[in-house]
Amino acid sequence: MSDSMQTLEAHTRSDYKYGFTSDIETETIPKGLSEDVVRLISQKKNEPEWLTEWRLKAYRHWLTMTEPVWPNVHYPAIDYQDIIYYAAPKPKKELSSLDEVDPELLRTFEKLGIPLDEQKLLAGVAVDAVIDSVSVKTTYKEKLAELGIIFCSFSEAVKEHPELVRQYLGSVVPATDNYFAALNSAVFSDGSFVYIPKGVRCPMELSTYFRINERNTGQFERTLIVAEEGSYVSYLEGCTAPMRDENQLHAAVVELVSMDRASIKYSTVQNWYPGDKNGVGGIYNFVTKRGLCAGYQSKISWTQVETGSSITWKYPSCILKGDESVGEFYSVAVTNNYQQADTGTKMIHLGKNTKSTIISKGISAGFSNNSYRGLVKIGKKATNAHNFSQCDSLLMGDKCGAHTFPYLEVENSTAKVEHEATTSKIGEDQLFYLQQRGLSEEDAINMIVNGYCKEVFNELPMEFAVEAQKLLAISLEGSVG
Amino acid sequence: MLHINNLKVSVNEKTILNGIDLHVNPGEVHAIMGPNGSGKSTLANVLAGREDYEIEGGSIFFDGKDLLEMEVDERAHAGIFLAFQYPVEIPGVSNATFLKSIVNAVRKANDQPELNAPQLLKLLREKIDLLGMDQKLLQRSLNEGFSGGEKKRNEMLQMALLEPRLGILDETDSGLDIDALRIVADAVNQLRSPERSFIVVTHYQRLLNYIVPDVVHVLYNGRIVKSGDKSLALLLEEKGYDWVKEEANAIAQ
Repeated sequence: MSDSMQTLEAHTRSDYKYGFTSDIETETIPKGLSEDVVRLISQKKNEPEWLTEWRLKAYRHWLTMTEPVWPNVHYPAIDYQDIIYYAAPKPKKELSSLDEVDPELLRTFEKLGIPLDEQKLLAGVAVDAVIDSVSVKTTYKEKLAELGIIFCSFSEAVKEHPELVRQYLGSVVPATDNYFAALNSAVFSDGSFVYIPKGVRCPMELSTYFRINERNTGQFERTLIVAEEGSYVSYLEGCTAPMRDENQLHAAVVELVSMDRASIKYSTVQNWYPGDKNGVGGIYNFVTKRGLCAGYQSKISWTQVETGSSITWKYPSCILKGDESVGEFYSVAVTNNYQQADTGTKMIHLGKNTKSTIISKGISAGFSNNSYRGLVKIGKKATNAHNFSQCDSLLMGDKCGAHTFPYLEVENSTAKVEHEATTSKIGEDQLFYLQQRGLSEEDAINMIVNGYCKEVFNELPMEFAVEAQKLLAISLEGSVG
Repeated sequence: MLHINNLKVSVNEKTILNGIDLHVNPGEVHAIMGPNGSGKSTLANVLAGREDYEIEGGSIFFDGKDLLEMEVDERAHAGIFLAFQYPVEIPGVSNATFLKSIVNAVRKANDQPELNAPQLLKLLREKIDLLGMDQKLLQRSLNEGFSGGEKKRNEMLQMALLEPRLGILDETDSGLDIDALRIVADAVNQLRSPERSFIVVTHYQRLLNYIVPDVVHVLYNGRIVKSGDKSLALLLEEKGYDWVKEEANAIAQ
């Protein structure tokens, strides 16, 4: 612990350390959204006709939709004509080795602590790096290919594995699913694609690192992960953005498909720029994440640590279609200053003997608002479905808010559904106790908060758990005093 | 070592301590006794730096340093340890993690090299054996679900690990059976040394059978109204507090 306490301490003294911008030559298209822009994006990426049509269909549907107002978040209307929908680092040519990547870009990722130089990589983590809209470099691709694993940028998947993309794209989150999913479907520029063949256990963590760099751009990436029968994959997602005083939109879509006895573990450490102390700037993180447990005894587990973004709006969900399939959601959502979060999950039980677990830990500080919103639905045919939900809220100070919106729809009387919820305040007694033993106030807060989040951190891969602890420390800096 | 001069403390504009003078030399054990509401726990908490109190006047010097100018953690670093009457529970934080962190926090603040994981483990085992504690307590969350006796023992373990200059026991004996009481007393007696002092706050004489004090003070209405040797504690046990109150009231008039 002493080591991690030291790291925590070092990090508590720092502000948002990913707030730099990189001077990378970028190709952007003009602001605004229209059918022409959608076509232009598709054309820039040399996409096949079917995909262009798919995008246009999504765009046309989006035009008929209105932005949702039900989340417990507030923000001025977004001007969708004031956003740049495509930005790519120049030169946009095929990159076959690292030597061809813009050195400034490599420096950027190094500053973020993500050396793309494979020799320097931590063994066991393959990285796909997405900057602004375009995937820059995927590491360890060849090694994974030997096992038949496909791990590449979305654009590449469209070119190299069009049949797979066509089969699964939109199969879990339809292009018409919701306002932001439709927008993403129309203008998504890149993302990651993972395919794990039958019976293969992916030997390393797969990781995507998202970075917004360019001003006035939105980031719209898609992730699609397909795990065939009996396979396993653990996937990590990290994100940061420069500090800017305007809000930037991030509207991603993630689709997971898990076949018979397959298991997907999806972990996110979300650290988009949260805005400054007064709530100016920051990322609007409006994301649709959904997994389909398609097969018998399939499993999908979401773990998320949400510390960034000025507004977070996301509900990583599981559709438990296969009999005996398992869905899990472990979440830590931290809001400080003027951040707002409305996050949670949906567990849709359709198959027999399906089981889901929801552990949500909200931490609110400053003037922030933190809402848990979750749906547990037990369908007519889902006999013996079982859900356990635990939603805890921790308040720091008396100007913040914590809210819980649990929804329950049970159509099968054999279902067993348990829900526990607590709200507590970080105790002055606890702080005094720890400080009396020689811990600084910040270390004391970190210790209490990390203890509170332990159940969720335990679900994260080791290196991410350390990262998550650091992030928590930074996010809550100065929140009690 | 500790010099409290004319200390006046209030809470919500109500005076709790009304001119305390107390001087503790190295190696001494002072017992603070008194009826309920006399200000005993307030004194213990003010020494440790709890914020809920308003210091209206007076001074506290500890090893020549102005204690009232120091933060809670700085006081801990200087060697002040408060064994709590009601140790708080901190869910999810393993006791072992907590104990290791506080050892190194105090070492670091005193420019001593921090201990590495094996050294910490060795130290922990050593002190646990010294106190006759169960190793299993290390794996559990800090004080969570601990019995009253386990909590107090854990307080003693922390004291043994941090080796403070001044140990303050705030009614550590409350709610303990005779066996637990002995364990607490044994821990204190083991730690007694010519350099280390103790302030033992207690309502009952019972604990003082095991921790024999050099000086006994009686606190009443926010003042020390009587001081004496250990026989004073026995007298209080026998006659109760009323006679002290009467004496004090008579003088006040």
